[in-house]
Amino acid sequence: MIEFKKVSKVYDDFVAVDDLNLKFNDGEFICFIGTSGSGKTTSMRMINRMEEPSSGQILIDNEDIMDKNPVELRRRIGYVIQQIGLMPHMTVYENITLVPKLLKWPEEKKRERAEKLIRRVDLPLEFLDRYPQELSGGQQQRIGVIRALAADQDIILMDEPFGALDPITRDALQELVKHLQSEMGRTVIFVTHDMDEAIKLADRIVIMQKGKVVQFDTPDNILANPANQFVEDFIGEDRLLQARPSLQTVDQIMIKDPVSVTPGKTLQEAIKLMRNRKVDTLYVTDDSGVLKGIVDLEDFDRNRRRATSVGDVMSPEVYFVRTGTLLRDTVQRILKRGFKSIPVVDEKDRLIGLVTRSSLAEIVYDNIWGDMDDAKDIPLETTAVSEDQ
Amino acid sequence: MIDFLSQNGSQMLLLTWEHLYISAISLVLGIIVAVPLGILLTRFDRAATAIISIITILQTIPSLALLALMIPLFGIGKVPAIVALFLYSLMPILRNTYIGMKGVKGDLVDAAKGMGMTSLQSIFTVELPQAAPVIMAGIRLSGVYVVAWATLASYIGGGGLGDFIFNGLNLYVPELIIGGTIPVTLLALLVDFLLGKVEQKVTPINLRDER
Repeated sequence: MIEFKKVSKVYDDFVAVDDLNLKFNDGEFICFIGTSGSGKTTSMRMINRMEEPSSGQILIDNEDIMDKNPVELRRRIGYVIQQIGLMPHMTVYENITLVPKLLKWPEEKKRERAEKLIRRVDLPLEFLDRYPQELSGGQQQRIGVIRALAADQDIILMDEPFGALDPITRDALQELVKHLQSEMGRTVIFVTHDMDEAIKLADRIVIMQKGKVVQFDTPDNILANPANQFVEDFIGEDRLLQARPSLQTVDQIMIKDPVSVTPGKTLQEAIKLMRNRKVDTLYVTDDSGVLKGIVDLEDFDRNRRRATSVGDVMSPEVYFVRTGTLLRDTVQRILKRGFKSIPVVDEKDRLIGLVTRSSLAEIVYDNIWGDMDDAKDIPLETTAVSEDQ
Repeated sequence: MIDFLSQNGSQMLLLTWEHLYISAISLVLGIIVAVPLGILLTRFDRAATAIISIITILQTIPSLALLALMIPLFGIGKVPAIVALFLYSLMPILRNTYIGMKGVKGDLVDAAKGMGMTSLQSIFTVELPQAAPVIMAGIRLSGVYVVAWATLASYIGGGGLGDFIFNGLNLYVPELIIGGTIPVTLLALLVDFLLGKVEQKVTPINLRDER
């Protein structure tokens, strides 16, 4: 556990970090984010005493880091910087095993660790004997990341490690870091100025402005409730618009008590109900409210002579969404399929509501520029399928 | 010329050896003092400017005058010559060490420290290897200077090939002047060449030119 207690850092008359109070749990992925000069990097660098607090305390596992030998402290904390910081005159192997060497590990243990790690990041073993300059930027930063893990450091500090990489490489490395972190259960403190990166990686985000913490929360909570105008601006309007539907569930926009009939009702009764409620479609449910099918005016028209009850004319195949489904996952897909409305069912398949096109209108508006391509993998379920099972 | 060599050959070898020996001792002393001092100066920026200025002033003292100044302190012979040459060798080495160390990329030093290297570990495993070519260039320059200036050592009885040249001047024997000058020139070229090789050798892989 890392704890900041009333930590401030003052340079001459400039306050870089002002009264920081934070607590990070073991195994958490924390992102510090803010504009340049917000104190995010200084805050991170205080954890391994690359900077020392002017006042306040930083505790790691309840021990004040100022009571520790800074050199030993740093060997226990992984450190990755933007410019990668691989030693250019050392081979990849020597770079990876730099901290183990400082800790005087035996040769076999170093070799074994280096080979294990380089395989873990999908680089060939012969890279161990190469020099950093013979590797691409992305490969170099992979080495930079595993170098920070090589001596079983529990805490890893990363200072905008992927800032200089191209977007594709950056994406791949973000995945890798997130993966390694959850797999190995390390605590990562990650400094970035890229909100997308923070949202993608962080369990919790510390947003800083002028040396102060403006908001410290999970990405979802920050998107749902930005603390102030600064945070909103920082997140950006686009992302907020996208985030709003993404965090709403269908329950929040559905019409409750939709019009439904039981299969036993006669066609006359059903038509009368439609006329009264001014709808052209009825959902068919059994006595316990379980969604069975759908009928619309056309069905009645086609089958008026032959059929007598609703059950005879209804089409048993209905697409529905389940309660609690995030709009993020459904909105575009519903629209893409061209439904006028979609029923919402609870865990026991009982009809509880209806999402109509018009209730989606606002969301549609926000999302109109969104990515429509992934409409194919619609998470809608159909009663026909569930009956087959 | 064969005549000259058969008459003075053995003495020439002796003087060349003496010359080399005076130069080498001065240069080694210069390295021993200037390199650590240069590194130290990078840790104390304020002192650095002052100390580098003082050493630059030493450099501006005319060489003959400096040699003459050594006599009251160390008498005559090899010792004052070596001391004077040593003082001259300091400047290029010190300045290049300072510039070389300062020129090591900040993020390498930051990474070294952040990973838990002590100051000394950082200097020996990161900064010195990276600064080596610049430092070596300073040593090479000093080496050539020292060989050339060692000629003047003969003025205060230090010996070396200067003996030939000054005898030749005093006695008006052009052969002696030439017989002293050519070996000095060759010696300087040789030192330059050899130290150049060392410089290449110590250049870390990331700073080597593509060849």
